[in-house]
Amino acid sequence: MSPMIELRNVRKTFNKTIHAVAGVDLEVAEGEVVVIVGPSGSGKSTVLRCINLLEVPTSGDVIVDGRSLMDASTDLDEARAEMGMVFQGFNLFPHLTVLDNITLAQKKVRGRDTAEAERVAHEQLARVGIPEKADSYPRQLSGGQQQRVAIARSLAMNPKIMLFDEPTSALDPEMIKEVLDVIVELAATGMTMVVVTHEMGFARAAADRVVFIDEGLIVETGPPEDVFTNPQSDRTKAFFDKILAY
Amino acid sequence: MAGGPSLQSAGKYRGEDSLLPYTKIRNESEPPWKNQPYWAYIVGLVILAMGIKVFVDVDYELARKNIFPGIWLTIRATIIAFGLALLISLIVGLGQISKNVVAKNLSRAYIEIVRGIPVLPLIFVLALVIIPDISEAAGAPNSVPTDLRAILALAMIYGAYMAEIIRGGVQSIPRGQMEAGRALGLSSRATMRSVIFPQAARAIIPPMANDFIAILKDTSLLSILGVLEITRRARQYSASSFKFPEAFFTMTFVYLTLVIGLSILLSMFERRFNRDRVGER
Repeated sequence: MSPMIELRNVRKTFNKTIHAVAGVDLEVAEGEVVVIVGPSGSGKSTVLRCINLLEVPTSGDVIVDGRSLMDASTDLDEARAEMGMVFQGFNLFPHLTVLDNITLAQKKVRGRDTAEAERVAHEQLARVGIPEKADSYPRQLSGGQQQRVAIARSLAMNPKIMLFDEPTSALDPEMIKEVLDVIVELAATGMTMVVVTHEMGFARAAADRVVFIDEGLIVETGPPEDVFTNPQSDRTKAFFDKILAY
Repeated sequence: MAGGPSLQSAGKYRGEDSLLPYTKIRNESEPPWKNQPYWAYIVGLVILAMGIKVFVDVDYELARKNIFPGIWLTIRATIIAFGLALLISLIVGLGQISKNVVAKNLSRAYIEIVRGIPVLPLIFVLALVIIPDISEAAGAPNSVPTDLRAILALAMIYGAYMAEIIRGGVQSIPRGQMEAGRALGLSSRATMRSVIFPQAARAIIPPMANDFIAILKDTSLLSILGVLEITRRARQYSASSFKFPEAFFTMTFVYLTLVIGLSILLSMFERRFNRDRVGER
């Protein structure tokens, strides 16, 4: 079976000199949960953003669900609608209520009518555990609640893939769990997911595979237990020695 | 003293802290008379005093008769110039942030040229040289009346100023908003319309209101071109009657009243606009 996501020798260079991604090959199977870890500035977020072409690779190919996104004839908006993305900074639309945040793209991209879009929105809000916040504005919510709204907003599009870019890095410690709970639950439903995170406990609990990236390259990949406890490369070992120390 | 250092530091901390209640009490007991908008009363009194003089004093009767007919033209010129400037600023402002190289550079050049020339000389050039040349090149010489040429010139100038406001407003929206829209599958245009503009509007409206008022005041410059608005009429009346105090006092009274009136209208509009936005800042 062909993979759901395939990165082929993807490179991303900023300002012609900074090689954020220096030739990454990555395959993600349907239903697989891949967690990308690595030091800050290693290029892991850039790799993730190359999957939905928020960052257009300098070279290489990105194939999602059998279609090359680098092919200019591919409808990028259509392809992106199949990939939900959750950002570190939530990026909710502050001028819209929670409900409108979740219905906007459903109506404009999926062509759903208001009643249908709102039904789906309420369903997704219930799923992330905050059904009562539909009429609130993002500012009135805690960080954890905002991030759950962001997840609901993505899920309402019925994507085939979910991308998470450090979804808990901007959260206070007591809110991390409520967001990770939602993501773990989602992983259990068989959603294809790529998650960039520093939460190693989460990676252990939810990941099928961990990918360690450093200096724009995949250094090591494998099941979480193997990578965490028995890293093959020195760089991986040094990284986990540091972050798993406490 | 047992546990000296920690007690000491606690005492010191308490000592510093004890200043807080004082400041608080002083703030809370701020007498209400201190927070009155006296400036507004002063402005109101000045307008009232001027108004009584202009409307009651018999010496002002002729000045009124000669100058007041210009009010309508001033208002009309302001509204038309602002409307056109808004249109120009939308095109040029969005042109500036567009990815299209031609649109971007033409917009930038237009803004830089307009901002590099003082308003009055630019009005001369636009109204007396460029617009007539364009109409002649279009095969219809002298087809644009002076008043309209003058208003067009003002609109073209403020269009450039206001384009900067539009650009600034749109660019003040964090990049993540566009990314969130695009990631959901919205096109760049749809994201602009549904996500960026509604948020940018809040940053855009106050400085736009400022320029609306600035246009009202700058219609006085059109007097140089012979447009019979308030300033022109005041100058004509004063020159023919030698009643300088009456003419210019009446003129300033009209401007002050118009400007204050427009400010009040605009701040009401701003408040209305912000009222729908409960819960967000």
